[in-house]
Amino acid sequence: MIFGRLTLESFPLHEPILLVTFAAVVLGGIGVVGALTYFRLWGYLWREWFTSVDHKKIGIMYMVLGLVMLLRGFADAIMMRLQQAMAFNGSEGYLTAHHYDQVFTAHGVIMIFFVAMPMVTGLMNFVVPLQIGARDVSFPFLNNFSFWMTTAGAVLVMMSLFVGEFARTGWLAYPPLSGIGYSPDVGVDYYIWALQVAGIGTLLSGINLVCTIVKMRAPGMTMMKMPVFTWTSLCTNVLIVAAFPVLTAVLALLSLDRYVGTNFFTNDFGGSPMMYVNLIWIWGHPEVYILILPAFGIFSEVTSTFSGKRLFGYTSMVYATVVITILSYLVWLHHFFTMGSGASVNSFFGITTMIISIPTGAKIFNWLFTMYRGRIRFELPMMWTLAFMLTFTVGGMTGVLLAVPPADFVLHNSLFLVAHFHNVIIGGVLFGLFAGIVYWWPKAFGFKLDPFWGKLSFWFWVVGFWFAFMPLYILGLMGVTRRMRVFDDPSLQIWFVIAGFGAVLILLGIVSFLVQIGVSILRRDKLRETTGDPWDGRTLEWATASPPPVYNFAFTPVIHDNDAWADMKRRGYQRPLDGYRPIHMPSNTPTGIILAGLSMAVAFGLIWYMWWLAALGFVALLVVTIAHTFNYHRDFHIPVEEVVRTEAERTRLLAGAGA
Amino acid sequence: MTTADIAARHDAEAANAETVFYLKDEHDHPEGSSTALGFWIYLMSDCLIFAMLFAIYGVLGANYAAGPSPKDLFELPLVALNTTMLLLSSITYGFAMLTMEKGRVAATQIWLAVTGLFGLAFLSIELYEFHHLIEIGATPQRSAFLSAFFTLVGTHGLHVTFGTIWLVTLMVQVAKHGLIAANRRRLMCLSMFWHFLDVVWIGVFTFVYLTGMLR
Amino acid sequence: MSRFRIIAVLPLLALLGGCNFVVLAPAGDVAAQQRDLVVISTILMLLIIIPVMALTVFFAWRYRHSNKEARYEPDWDHSTGLELVIWSAPLLIIICLGALTWMGTHLLDPYRQLGRIAAGRPVPQTAKPLEVNVVALDWKWLFIYPEYGVATVNELAAPVDRPISFRITSSSVMNSFYVPALAGQIYAMAGMQTRLHGVINRPGRYQGFSANYSGAGFSGMRFAFHGLTDADFDGWIAQAKAADGALDRATYLQLERPSENDPVRRYANVDPKLFNAILNMCVEPGKMCMNEMAAVDAKGGLGLAGIANTLPLSYEKYARRGAVFGAEPSYVLSVCTIEEAAAMQARAPAPMTPVPPKGTSTSTSTAIRGAGLPLPDLSLRRLDSLLLSGPGRPSNS
Repeated sequence: MIFGRLTLESFPLHEPILLVTFAAVVLGGIGVVGALTYFRLWGYLWREWFTSVDHKKIGIMYMVLGLVMLLRGFADAIMMRLQQAMAFNGSEGYLTAHHYDQVFTAHGVIMIFFVAMPMVTGLMNFVVPLQIGARDVSFPFLNNFSFWMTTAGAVLVMMSLFVGEFARTGWLAYPPLSGIGYSPDVGVDYYIWALQVAGIGTLLSGINLVCTIVKMRAPGMTMMKMPVFTWTSLCTNVLIVAAFPVLTAVLALLSLDRYVGTNFFTNDFGGSPMMYVNLIWIWGHPEVYILILPAFGIFSEVTSTFSGKRLFGYTSMVYATVVITILSYLVWLHHFFTMGSGASVNSFFGITTMIISIPTGAKIFNWLFTMYRGRIRFELPMMWTLAFMLTFTVGGMTGVLLAVPPADFVLHNSLFLVAHFHNVIIGGVLFGLFAGIVYWWPKAFGFKLDPFWGKLSFWFWVVGFWFAFMPLYILGLMGVTRRMRVFDDPSLQIWFVIAGFGAVLILLGIVSFLVQIGVSILRRDKLRETTGDPWDGRTLEWATASPPPVYNFAFTPVIHDNDAWADMKRRGYQRPLDGYRPIHMPSNTPTGIILAGLSMAVAFGLIWYMWWLAALGFVALLVVTIAHTFNYHRDFHIPVEEVVRTEAERTRLLAGAGA
Repeated sequence: MTTADIAARHDAEAANAETVFYLKDEHDHPEGSSTALGFWIYLMSDCLIFAMLFAIYGVLGANYAAGPSPKDLFELPLVALNTTMLLLSSITYGFAMLTMEKGRVAATQIWLAVTGLFGLAFLSIELYEFHHLIEIGATPQRSAFLSAFFTLVGTHGLHVTFGTIWLVTLMVQVAKHGLIAANRRRLMCLSMFWHFLDVVWIGVFTFVYLTGMLR
Repeated sequence: MSRFRIIAVLPLLALLGGCNFVVLAPAGDVAAQQRDLVVISTILMLLIIIPVMALTVFFAWRYRHSNKEARYEPDWDHSTGLELVIWSAPLLIIICLGALTWMGTHLLDPYRQLGRIAAGRPVPQTAKPLEVNVVALDWKWLFIYPEYGVATVNELAAPVDRPISFRITSSSVMNSFYVPALAGQIYAMAGMQTRLHGVINRPGRYQGFSANYSGAGFSGMRFAFHGLTDADFDGWIAQAKAADGALDRATYLQLERPSENDPVRRYANVDPKLFNAILNMCVEPGKMCMNEMAAVDAKGGLGLAGIANTLPLSYEKYARRGAVFGAEPSYVLSVCTIEEAAAMQARAPAPMTPVPPKGTSTSTSTAIRGAGLPLPDLSLRRLDSLLLSGPGRPSNS
């Protein structure tokens, strides 16, 4: 009763791969905990980070979460590539179906929900308030809570590695395969609850950022004077608010099917599994644009900054973004043309999908003509942007190809499709994230990232990407389908070996990236930048110090142009040196992390049928939430002396930089 | 725009010498200035969940799996009574807001209490209905129609339950601190929530019960 | 990077020669037309992709920071003419592609009867398409040839140049039926029927498989598709006829159980009503068929009497079913005979409030819909009419 269906059998003691991983994780964990204890960092972490409501710190924590999960998701990718490169000529490879099916499911879920989403959210969290001249987001506590909910979801997924198992259904868990009949074990339950918990975090963060952008812009910043990254963030968060409830609802119905025995997505009693496929893609397709739009924003900022030029066609860029936002809701059916809808329905959704490529194409041209008659500095962010422009166009082309229904009939679910979406997600989202990380890193930490290791990482990534995914395009044209564990045609093997080689290059790219961060931290004094504006930036975040003070701006800026900071620089803006006032700020609170912990306990109880834990956790959730609302003192004033001190330090640094 | 144009524009702006780049005299942003907007956006996302459930009911609502149909199960008089309870609770919440505007704490509390009682009455009737359906075997498991019905109506009921808990919490907070700005804002949010649930129920009543009987 | 690519491409080119690009060189007319669409669309898009990529590289090089000769206009950010071009160029391409898509999708609709067996060769007037019923099982394929009364597992054959008409369903989870050499894929879903039309133009042995992940044995869900000459096809049918064993309901229920990497099996005889029963998920004796259920539901269900018309599942492909809080796993009983219907009535629960006797309404078996009419009651006569009018209901005996 106490442990529900959790027994000793639930621990994968018979899986050597998992045991070794587990040992490594435990040792690493002990190392980290030991180091934190030894250096007495727990108090610092708790006070300054975990309970922080500062949007910058929360943004950085999101990035750390995304990076950690990237390692896990990539480990899954390497395992898949190895399995597929091995399993020929009667060899079963080294993974059982039971394990392999979990690996590709986990890879998809982790990469989308716990790598791409946290990183995108993290960048938006860090950058948007700075770009609009605000001191924080609209709901700082909610921001902290959202982050911890996302983390709780990630922890649940990681937990499934060692306690029980993960879903073996593919990353969207189509019923009836994900129903209780065909997946009776805890895997799908882990999937459902991890996504539900993280999904609540994402939804709240979306509401928060929409409010922030609508309500907290500095005076003078009309909608059409917002930086493009802020615009794309606004559209992304609108999409989040309008898409994630669908995911919440559809997963809730799937869990009702699994827990209560309702008949939404069952084969009999009038249920309709195909409705799940429709609903999940009504969330799923906007999700793709939730990821890519901020990346488009990053490329716009980077291209304009490093070309030393105003962004070409700001207005059409904004309209293109809005059009993509709206159209992303009208295309979901292209994910299952092969379900047997009529020709008119299929061609409607095919054509709407193609129409999206018009604003996207316009964006590419806008970046192109931003470079035109510019002075392009090939720093790392710009290199990522160029790699994106060359890679993404190929991915876009194959995407439009897949939108032609008869072409989709022969390429659907093939490795061609896999290559296509990796082409747009790696070539678009990930390159964008890397560009963004390198671009805003000095703003966050006050020193630049080491360029040598960064360039190494760049080349490994770009070349590795082409090696890893071009073979998949080719295999797709040979009619090879995805999610296969063993193959019988030996002539295919060489392509999987090449793809595996590409994955190894990408691995080197990730390692170089980590080394880059390590090296840069060690050499931070040499890489230090004191101006707050290392790239000759154009938007407001470069107007303040690096790293920015808690309050971001001592005085709220007033905006006259959409490249606000470039405009200020040009017109001889003088930084004010006196007249400071105390600044009103929100206080830190541990409620977010407590609530997320309790949600995780509820989820764990539900996954393992430990009803007492779920019930207890739920009651505790209610009590803590209500107790939190009884606290009316959630803010404080930063005393004027502290502001004066902070600003004086900046004055000193600026003088030093100028000398 | 040519380069010359831009140069001309900048000259003009330079002439307008005192360009302000920051606010010298800034007042504290009033706390919760975005709360109404934020809560409204949340309500819209919640509305989307209900939209999904309605859509699903629309798709599955006629799949009786050779079991009972709405006509066999629904009791319009009971539902009408239920609807009355919820509509009345919306009206009394409106009175609570009116008295809040006038700053009358006791009257506000009384109206809130009445609202809560109507809410509880609504929930009791709904539970009675569910209990009866399950007793005769028309359980959510019997057919996709019943799954969709129980989930749609049940989700609304859950919302009312949480609304009631919230209402009680707010009554305690008003008792403790009076009608301060923070409490007024919270009452305003709950008001939006409560009326939103009312609107959803109108949809349920029309789409599920009335058309169910006509089908 | 360009140097990298050239070095990488050289061995690849050598490799490409030895590969079987079945999607680009199929042996069936439908797949060939789909291939044409792939190629034409790609070329259309390359019209814009190549200039964009070239311009990207050129601008990046031309306007590099060290090139002080290039013009530098930091404030140039708008040009109406250019904006028109950059919006209309993709628009034009998409208009062409959209038109192509609309036509291609309708022409190559998998539900559409074939109009030709190859370019310039219309379907002969006399030709009757080869009917094949396809069932995706866990994890193997069952092919039923109603015309010949035979069935095979994991092997499919068709005569060259004869149109093939597939009816596709699944016994449990979703799969996708795909023979790349023949025609595009289509999903196989339980309780539903999808259609696919195709024709094979060259004899040979081709790969077929499931293109939608369906669980543990998915990788082994492969079958051979043989394009045969008429004579060879007759021989193949004869081989199946010579096999011992018939595919009846009991055999099917055995076959349906999950198994992996199944060998080819042949059945000389097939219960002619079997496919319909599979499609309607009522192979198990006593289970109500989907189409029957749909007919009942369209007339307003079986009323309160229908509530208890279920029985616990005694057979299931999988060991475990049923949710933790749900009732026992069950299925809806079929109501075939007057006695069964009477028994069902007897199990019916009491209505919520006492209902006046409805003797008057029992005689109107057709007028069960519409407002203002008395509530329908489940009468034997109404049931009779349902049973008699039930379209294509397979028998359970």
